[in-house]
Amino acid sequence: MKSMKKSLLCAAVASAFVVSGAQAAGISDDKVKIGVLADMGGPYADVCGPGCVTAVEMAVEDFGGKVLGKPIEIVSADDQNKPDIGSAKVREWIESQDVDVVTGLVASSVTGAVTKVLTDAKKIALISTSASHAFTTKACSPYNAHWTYNVVALANGTVKPMVEAGKKKWFFITADYAFGHALEKVASGVINSNGGEVVGAVRAPLGTTDFSSYVLQAQASGADVVALANAGSDFVNSLKTAAEFGLTETVDVAGLLVFTPNAKALDANIAGGMKLTTGFYWDLDEKTREWSARFKARHGSIPAMGQAGAYSMTMHYLNAIKAAGTDEGEAVMAQMKATKPDDFFARNATLRADGRMVHDMYQVRIKKADERKNDDDIFAVEKVIPGDQAFGKMLDSCNFAAK
Amino acid sequence: MATFLGINLFGLFGQLLVGLINGSFYALLSLGLAIIFGLLKIINFAQGALYMVGAFFAWIALDSMGVNYWAALVFVPLAVGAIGVLMERFLLRPIANEDHLYSLLLTFGLALILQGTFTHLYGSSGLSYAIPEALKGGTRLPFMYLPNYRAWIIVASLVVCAGTWYMIEKTKLGAYLRAGTENPALMQAFGINVPLIVTLTFGFGVGLAGLAGVMAAPVYAVSPEMGSNMLIVVFAIVVIGGMGSIGGAILTGLGMGIVEGLTKYFYPEASTTVIFVVMVVVLLTKPAGLFGKEA
Repeated sequence: MKSMKKSLLCAAVASAFVVSGAQAAGISDDKVKIGVLADMGGPYADVCGPGCVTAVEMAVEDFGGKVLGKPIEIVSADDQNKPDIGSAKVREWIESQDVDVVTGLVASSVTGAVTKVLTDAKKIALISTSASHAFTTKACSPYNAHWTYNVVALANGTVKPMVEAGKKKWFFITADYAFGHALEKVASGVINSNGGEVVGAVRAPLGTTDFSSYVLQAQASGADVVALANAGSDFVNSLKTAAEFGLTETVDVAGLLVFTPNAKALDANIAGGMKLTTGFYWDLDEKTREWSARFKARHGSIPAMGQAGAYSMTMHYLNAIKAAGTDEGEAVMAQMKATKPDDFFARNATLRADGRMVHDMYQVRIKKADERKNDDDIFAVEKVIPGDQAFGKMLDSCNFAAK
Repeated sequence: MATFLGINLFGLFGQLLVGLINGSFYALLSLGLAIIFGLLKIINFAQGALYMVGAFFAWIALDSMGVNYWAALVFVPLAVGAIGVLMERFLLRPIANEDHLYSLLLTFGLALILQGTFTHLYGSSGLSYAIPEALKGGTRLPFMYLPNYRAWIIVASLVVCAGTWYMIEKTKLGAYLRAGTENPALMQAFGINVPLIVTLTFGFGVGLAGLAGVMAAPVYAVSPEMGSNMLIVVFAIVVIGGMGSIGGAILTGLGMGIVEGLTKYFYPEASTTVIFVVMVVVLLTKPAGLFGKEA
């Protein structure tokens, strides 16, 4: 009890110090500049890309275009899913363009490189679409805020209920790079700890066109569930092949990371019925529909979860600058963590001390053709997963409030 | 279950058949490339992009004009071939007498433009194209389930490949073609319109890519990236088979499909690399390729 009082006192003193230091700092370079870094024209362009730029623009406009009387500017760049290109761009932004914060951030490999550059420069990374949980665990940083989802939430949301429902034997078709490995590892952990077993796995290189060989191996494994630990066109191709070879008729096929544009790219007769976990769906309620309609009017398609997340985190960031009276990274992050995000995207949300934004996740089912009222009517929301169940516990080593 | 040396034979047969299916697909794609290189000496880097365009045309035809798969099999290769004719006539011909590198760079640029245009218009996630009703379902073989559509791919591409090979190597038209590209001046003296033959040959080679695109649409994601993923593999196959050897491209396509299928079974991580390993070995031991003539 005594030590708690002491730490509370420390925190109070520290926050007073931060705030007073902050007021002196104000807005650097007389503007707040937001950099949006994403794959703009490659395989992941639809899940963030130009749509993330649109979402950030909307947030800045809705905020009023100015914070503390200073203008807010947006720059964007294509990282081509290459870590070297991404980190070089961010370095240039920081050194010669006075960029204060970087958002977007899709491929986990790029995000890993970029967050290092940003942390060294004491600038905030607002991660919208990356899947790896590394940014709040083994590569955690006091300057990271990871917003929309991560592999842990996907595994807890999709895999756990299936194992509990008696689907014990699992086979993985995994994308052979960091993201796929992380997803397979976390999901296998969930399977084993709930009494299931992994009977086999194949690692398919990124960009594999023909999955029939892997589907045959999955078929021969005797698994109850074939999990697709991949994304984008790898996911679409592997599911199409699974359906063609009759795999979907005999076992459950689980897509571990499915973005709405990918679900739209699949024949409803093939994908219909599949359950998955998402951080956002446009048709949840009046608030999501209102925002998504505005987004669609500008961008031409309904928002993917990372794009909605990009809006939400930009808004939260700008509000934090306003409240903290500065755009200095440390102070803004402290303010972001002290205030609960609350908008159409972030429900029952909190930005944890490790930088993980914990919020409601949704278990959804892809609708069959005859259930769909229009082209955008893709998911049926089955269950809301409370954030603390989805995202798991914070690591002590990443609890920056305690440091 | 039948096993041999610890290997599940049924599983192995399945993988061999799947490899053969992919191989027949590779054969179809490398055939077009081999014709264009073998007869016209143009290194067409846009072949992959035109394959992608073929798949998109099939989708657009179905989505906005109600043209079904069977009609698309006829019309789309013609449309893609027409693009090829325009390409040859207005872009490639002016640089026909320059170094090969010029046509390589030109077609590479075109491929990027096509890919960028389709990404801009249709996004990067891809579109869905259903398997035609008549080819849905499959047959249960003792060792695997063979979807009817895959069986159709084998049959159709083998027929097209064999027909094309016969036409070029065994008919009078093929003889004109080969002679016209071997010695244009002499053939023109005989009253043969060689520039027209060149244009049509290019159109035909490109049309084959369009045909492969239509055949791929129901089974692979129709996306702007699909061509660039395929192109490099297909180029490697043409190199292994011997640049310009039409029969070599077909046989190597089938063979590499099987090699890739076996790799996917024994060591999947290497499946996208194995073809290039074969290419390196072949180039070191037989620089002209397996079926190529030594220059």
